[in-house]
Amino acid sequence: MCATCGCSSDTHDHHDHNHDHSHSKKIVDVEQDILHQNNLLGERNRGYFEAKNILALNLVSSPGSGKTSLLERTLTDLKGEMDFYVIEGDQRTTRDADRIHATGTKVTQINTGKGCHLDAHMVMHALQGMKPKANSVMFIENVGNLVCPSMFDLGEKERVVIMSVTEGEDKPLKYPDMFHSSTLCIINKTDLLPYVPFNLDKAKEYIQQVNHQLPVIEVSCTTGEGLQDWYGWLKSKVLIEEEA
Amino acid sequence: MHELSIVMSIIEIAESEINKAGGGIADEIELDIGTLSTIEMEAFDFAWNQGIRGSLLEDAKLHVNRIEGKAKCLDCELEFPIENYYDSCPVCGGHFNQILQGKELKVKTITIQSTVDG
Repeated sequence: MCATCGCSSDTHDHHDHNHDHSHSKKIVDVEQDILHQNNLLGERNRGYFEAKNILALNLVSSPGSGKTSLLERTLTDLKGEMDFYVIEGDQRTTRDADRIHATGTKVTQINTGKGCHLDAHMVMHALQGMKPKANSVMFIENVGNLVCPSMFDLGEKERVVIMSVTEGEDKPLKYPDMFHSSTLCIINKTDLLPYVPFNLDKAKEYIQQVNHQLPVIEVSCTTGEGLQDWYGWLKSKVLIEEEA
Repeated sequence: MHELSIVMSIIEIAESEINKAGGGIADEIELDIGTLSTIEMEAFDFAWNQGIRGSLLEDAKLHVNRIEGKAKCLDCELEFPIENYYDSCPVCGGHFNQILQGKELKVKTITIQSTVDG
């Protein structure tokens, strides 16, 4: 059957058809990145952040590595030093946003439903609703997942991957894309090191193998150990306030 | 399962190209998918078959060029094939890899079958 006009080509000849038409084939060179649309919106977000001198960070990890706990500590400890905003990404509920809200920080929750990652489009709409002030810091906490979020640029300046010592030290080898695309790695829950078989040296070796440029900071959000290093790194990334 | 979002993006790109070309349906589509691109082909094929239903790609023949990973060792400048980011240089054993190819994820060509009324 002809897919265009629905005529049955085996019962009558096409060229006798009463509205004479011919089929033509044309090869189009598309050469377009499949994530092009997301990348465009990512760049749009990046331009927005740059224009307003906002430092945007994309926090990624597996579920339960301590992204939200790290944010709670950071927002509380650095309160008054910087203006913070948080975008929370989860499949369901506002539980994380509620925790952030309790620290007094402006937060927007994105529920992705079935989606396994945030994309630039969702972040764009969240920004339109939040209207963050200039010279601030925007944390975007991605959906807990070490696979898909690595592919989607949100327009962030820095991508921070968090792993914890209750996970295997071979996470960087098992999920290399995330570690390869990140600009900082935080190893969390170091207070539990005496109780778990996690090999810190091996973990760092694996991180270096996947991404030799990735700096590593060890922290414990429970005891506060190492958090000063993280705050130091964060402050070094904050851009100098522009004169009005 | 990001493969379904990838398939939906491909359909969007293809349908917009077909509209630009004045309508029709896709007869063939050619994609470049690198082996380092986080696409699991089995999941992709599954998502493809579900995703194209009812779209202008429903009857399109799919061609996928798998681009093999290749890196350059920043220590000894050797270019060598890699399967993983953490593969070491076969000569000096270093891990300072610069990825040259294998991360491709793009729509290369679409063959559009159009109807020209005369």
